Amino acid sequence: MGRSANLPRGLRDRFRARDGVWPDDTGCRMLHVDMDAFYASVEIRERPELASVPVVVGGVSGRGVVCSANYLAREYGVRSAMPTAHARRLIPNAVYLPPQFDLYQEVSRGVMAIFRDITPLVEPLSLDEAFLDVGGALRRLGLTPGGVGELIRSRVFADHGVTCSVGVAPTKFLAKLASGMCKPDGMMVVPSSSSTLEFLHPLPVSALWGVGAKTAARLEELGLETVGDVAATPLPRLRRMIGVALAEHLFALAKGVDERAVVPTSREKSIGAEETFEVDHYDRAVLRRELLRLSERSAGSLRSKGLHGRTISIKVRFSDFTTITRSRTLPVPTDVTQEVYRTAVELLDTQVPPGAVRLIGVRIEGLDNADSAQQLIFDAPERGWREAEQAADQARSRFGSLAVRPASLLRDSPERTAEPEPKPE
Amino acid sequence: MKIRVERDGLADAVAWVARSLPSRPPVPVLGGVLLDAESDDSLTVSGFDYEVSAQVGVPATIADGGRALVSGRLLADITKALPNHPVEIAVDGARMMISCGSARFSLPTMPVEDYPALPSMPQLIGELPGEVFGEAVGQVAVAAGKDDTLPMLTGVRVEIGEGKLTLVATDRFRLAMREFPWEPDASLGEVAVLVPARTLGDAAKTLGSSGGKVEMSLAANDGLLGLSGSGKRTTTRLLDADFPKYRQLLPTEHSAAAIIEVDTLVQAIKRVSLVAERGTQVRLEFVDGGLRLSAGGDDEGSAEEELPVEYTGDAVTIAFNPGYLLDGLGAVRTPRVHLSFTTPSRPALLKPVDEDGNVAPGYLYLLMPVRLPG
Repeated sequence: MGRSANLPRGLRDRFRARDGVWPDDTGCRMLHVDMDAFYASVEIRERPELASVPVVVGGVSGRGVVCSANYLAREYGVRSAMPTAHARRLIPNAVYLPPQFDLYQEVSRGVMAIFRDITPLVEPLSLDEAFLDVGGALRRLGLTPGGVGELIRSRVFADHGVTCSVGVAPTKFLAKLASGMCKPDGMMVVPSSSSTLEFLHPLPVSALWGVGAKTAARLEELGLETVGDVAATPLPRLRRMIGVALAEHLFALAKGVDERAVVPTSREKSIGAEETFEVDHYDRAVLRRELLRLSERSAGSLRSKGLHGRTISIKVRFSDFTTITRSRTLPVPTDVTQEVYRTAVELLDTQVPPGAVRLIGVRIEGLDNADSAQQLIFDAPERGWREAEQAADQARSRFGSLAVRPASLLRDSPERTAEPEPKPE
Repeated sequence: MKIRVERDGLADAVAWVARSLPSRPPVPVLGGVLLDAESDDSLTVSGFDYEVSAQVGVPATIADGGRALVSGRLLADITKALPNHPVEIAVDGARMMISCGSARFSLPTMPVEDYPALPSMPQLIGELPGEVFGEAVGQVAVAAGKDDTLPMLTGVRVEIGEGKLTLVATDRFRLAMREFPWEPDASLGEVAVLVPARTLGDAAKTLGSSGGKVEMSLAANDGLLGLSGSGKRTTTRLLDADFPKYRQLLPTEHSAAAIIEVDTLVQAIKRVSLVAERGTQVRLEFVDGGLRLSAGGDDEGSAEEELPVEYTGDAVTIAFNPGYLLDGLGAVRTPRVHLSFTTPSRPALLKPVDEDGNVAPGYLYLLMPVRLPG
């Protein structure tokens, strides 16, 4: 939440928890927990000597982008999603590290397990943030919501050596705002009372969920600079100014209203993976091999989540940045790597014109639980690819992601820059 | 070329030939229909796109012989719309004039020299009663796959064996098989070929509905099947793909069976499946003396309906895709159907039932169930 930089200072001090003291948290059942500079923090945990230097985690190759930067690096203006080359110009002497997703995933699983210890109502948003509804857990724990927030913070640090920030509020929207405003390593409580609006109304309109740069500019043109300005505008007028749907959405948020509940398992709509090549590739054999690797990653992710999908799509970006996506819907849903791969290759061979390819991706859509009703097939073998892949999944879960791979992926292709570095001893 | 021909005969002939033409021909001439008036008293209408050929003769008065090639779609649309008067067709240079009653058309022709020669009919192997053949193909083609990415499933397997003809098609979710006694004229031994289901279905329907005999010709080694009858002839390329080995997968026994009125069941399935999300499944719950059909759930709404059936077996719930089940019920062609199965995850069989309540031999529709969660 880079936005917190331009917030009124007094506001932050007033609601921030300090020395075990925080504002009245009655009725604040929503917690938003956000790990601080997650990937960078995990790297620093692994190599404590990096704690005092700027650290940037990201694609270290020519076209890589920044995934995460510690707060020392952020002081130089480094931000997530910025090209790594740009970050290097800002701080040439920072430590640049390629991401180790397996490691972050492992830490993330541990952190999410702590949350689920506290309440079953955990809604992960990504590897490094989640909403929790702790309303039902307070009596059992004998704590107020702020107390739960502090418990989570201390347990996450004790068990995993990384810090997080917690927003405590009556609604999801306010909780997320609060966690962004107390970073790093902090907690903020937005009380469920008249002081909710005292917190909310001085904030710039860009703090509202759903307001990006364009909408913010439009609102400011109309003279609405703060959340309070939006709340003070009569709704009919707001509707005329920015359209009915957006007006109603923003008006409710500006009044502190957000009815969204914590949905424990947010069901994904699609799962996919893509790869930007180090150099453009014409060679279909290289593209096919990459499709196999990406199919393996996407289908493996489906299987680990107990999902299957019906539509397979591929995305191809050419060197001139024209991008095409092509998809095919299968007669029955699948979670089998080989089926995803076969379909992806067929789409590549029949639907994609030749040319220099910069990026290629595979995506599986139309997801459903794999144990939902399923049309059976007449001549399905009793044991097939699905069982082979499940066995490989099990081997990988015990012995690491490289334990079993398709043979054609054994030979490292030059574009595999996101490969994890050997872990430091 | 200058000829005179009856409107209805011409319209039927052109419609039939144009039906098999590709909607987007790779080269324009392959979307054409060839009119050939070289003989004394007959106009021959043909079409060929290297996959399928069709040819039919129409009685005509020929003043001036000749051949001409014009767009098949356009000619079919025109002849269908003509008033009921004799049609005069004349070719003048690169244009074809069609006049009928007070209507006049002038169409550009395409170069006849560029048009491929139709394959000659392969060796005649025997005659089939048209109606039986037409019905049999219809009963089987319904189970063929429509997905061109799996070509072996888009065909009907035609097996010519000792004294019988077997037709089979499957899209892996269901399989339909029809057998009937047949003595081919030529001694072929046992032969099996895979014929594109759509083409075979169209041809059998047209040739069968005229009530006469259908002649079958085959050149298995050249990959060509021919069918002819009532003045029409068609050839199609065979599919060069391996049909699934299905025989050993056909269930040979069952532990539960029901005899059900087809029409009642069809109506009930259509009703309850209105709430089946994306037509996914209807559940059939069999208990002694009754069948409870249900579909849907709490989210999308639910429906159920009970019907009396003759059922023998333990109480069981089995689920099917309603579309596939309806296809099968429509294909048995008897007022009552015999439905048998073993478990809710093993194939079920639909078979026709004769007037005495016995299973009628010769046809089966195998249907894979939908496995319910949990």
